[in-house]
Amino acid sequence: MREINVAQITEVIARLCIEANTHLPEDVKGVIKKCRACEDGEIACGILDRIIENFEIADAENVPICQDTGMACVFLEIGQDVHLVGGNLAEAVDEGVRRGYESGYLRKSVVKDPIRRGNTGDNTPAMLYTEIVPGEQVKITLGPKGFGSENMSAIRMFKPSAGLQGIKDFILEVVETAGPNPCPPMVVGVGIGGTFDKAALLAKKALMRPVDSSNADPYYADLEAEMLEKINALGIGPQGFGGRTTALGVNIETLPTHIAGMPCAVNINCHVTRHKTEVI
Amino acid sequence: MERHITLPLTEELAKTLHAGDTVYVTGTIYTSRDAGHKRMCEALAAGEKLPFDPTDATIYYVGPTPAKPGQVIGSAGPTTSGRMDAYAPTMLSVGARGMIGKGARLPEVVEAMKKHSGVYFGAIGGAGALIAKCIKSAELIAYEDLGAEALRKLYVEEMPLVVIIDCEGRNLYEERRAAYLEQRK
Repeated sequence: MREINVAQITEVIARLCIEANTHLPEDVKGVIKKCRACEDGEIACGILDRIIENFEIADAENVPICQDTGMACVFLEIGQDVHLVGGNLAEAVDEGVRRGYESGYLRKSVVKDPIRRGNTGDNTPAMLYTEIVPGEQVKITLGPKGFGSENMSAIRMFKPSAGLQGIKDFILEVVETAGPNPCPPMVVGVGIGGTFDKAALLAKKALMRPVDSSNADPYYADLEAEMLEKINALGIGPQGFGGRTTALGVNIETLPTHIAGMPCAVNINCHVTRHKTEVI
Repeated sequence: MERHITLPLTEELAKTLHAGDTVYVTGTIYTSRDAGHKRMCEALAAGEKLPFDPTDATIYYVGPTPAKPGQVIGSAGPTTSGRMDAYAPTMLSVGARGMIGKGARLPEVVEAMKKHSGVYFGAIGGAGALIAKCIKSAELIAYEDLGAEALRKLYVEEMPLVVIIDCEGRNLYEERRAAYLEQRK
């Protein structure tokens, strides 16, 4: 049994909040540059140039890439041979978010209550997901999630008879409805299967996977490639000003599901798709 | 067409701007987003004055990150304009003419723009670090308790924008996308 003090988790999360918000992951940078080389939209090329210039400024000056520094989505994979000591884990996570958002000059974008509103002032609470896995390590993934794109996400409970075509049509429908709103080029996270809640979580997890990676199952890897091509044939383009680059990637994650159902969630992210992982 | 304009956005000036124009804007603009708009519209409904003179004003839909020491403002890209659709016709009716944001607008906003000669400009969503470079001063003027959503008065120089919807109701999103799909045929 390995002991890990939760203070260490606080420290790592504070650092990840700042790093994730100021330095775009290399996979996203690479795909944006690749898309710029293939773009043929009139305004689109200039927009992609500015998007590249923007993340380079953020890198050089250590400033947030985007002013929506998001809700802090925190995924903890906790080894079952780890004993967490030194305090309450959820409080330690929130403390990391609090410190990171304050010392990193990040925007505090969280309200206390969904209807009565009121900013919490420190960007807490984090959206925390914990999973118990084999081993004696703690893997921390932080994904600040902006809401311009989050608001364009959707979930649908399909009948199994809708089949693959139903899923394909739904993904395209969500992207079409999102249009210029989620700051395209977007990244499309898709969760298929599980239950209502698990499908949504899968879609969010799909966004934490590098955008240049493919599902390990060739069936779904092919579906990812096919959907990316179909989305990029819609012509929405960067910022909605017409062009090839509507999406940078489509990541699909799946789970077994019930005989009666086929849940599908589509979580939209913007070109500032942030994720950063560290293992303790 | 490429234009360099100086605010305020008078009716005469607004009428010379067309969907698709690249416009470099210099002058004073005001920041407001969801909570600020709600409060301003409540103030108007109660017969109160707004924290700034809306006549020919341009409102930037933004909630910036806090300024680091030595910075005028933090990252400051546009937020999704559609969330302000519930308030935009009211703001246009009291004289505010320019709106800066990103994303689609409802038909009722476009109708109000046609009626009051409003212009909807787009800034590049997600390019907050870059856009901050053209903001030369920032002053908090009201609703400090709203944090990032407080009202700020900004002075911008050569802020690069695109006219998305002009005061005749022409829409760049629709036109450019159709033109691109035609080009690819």
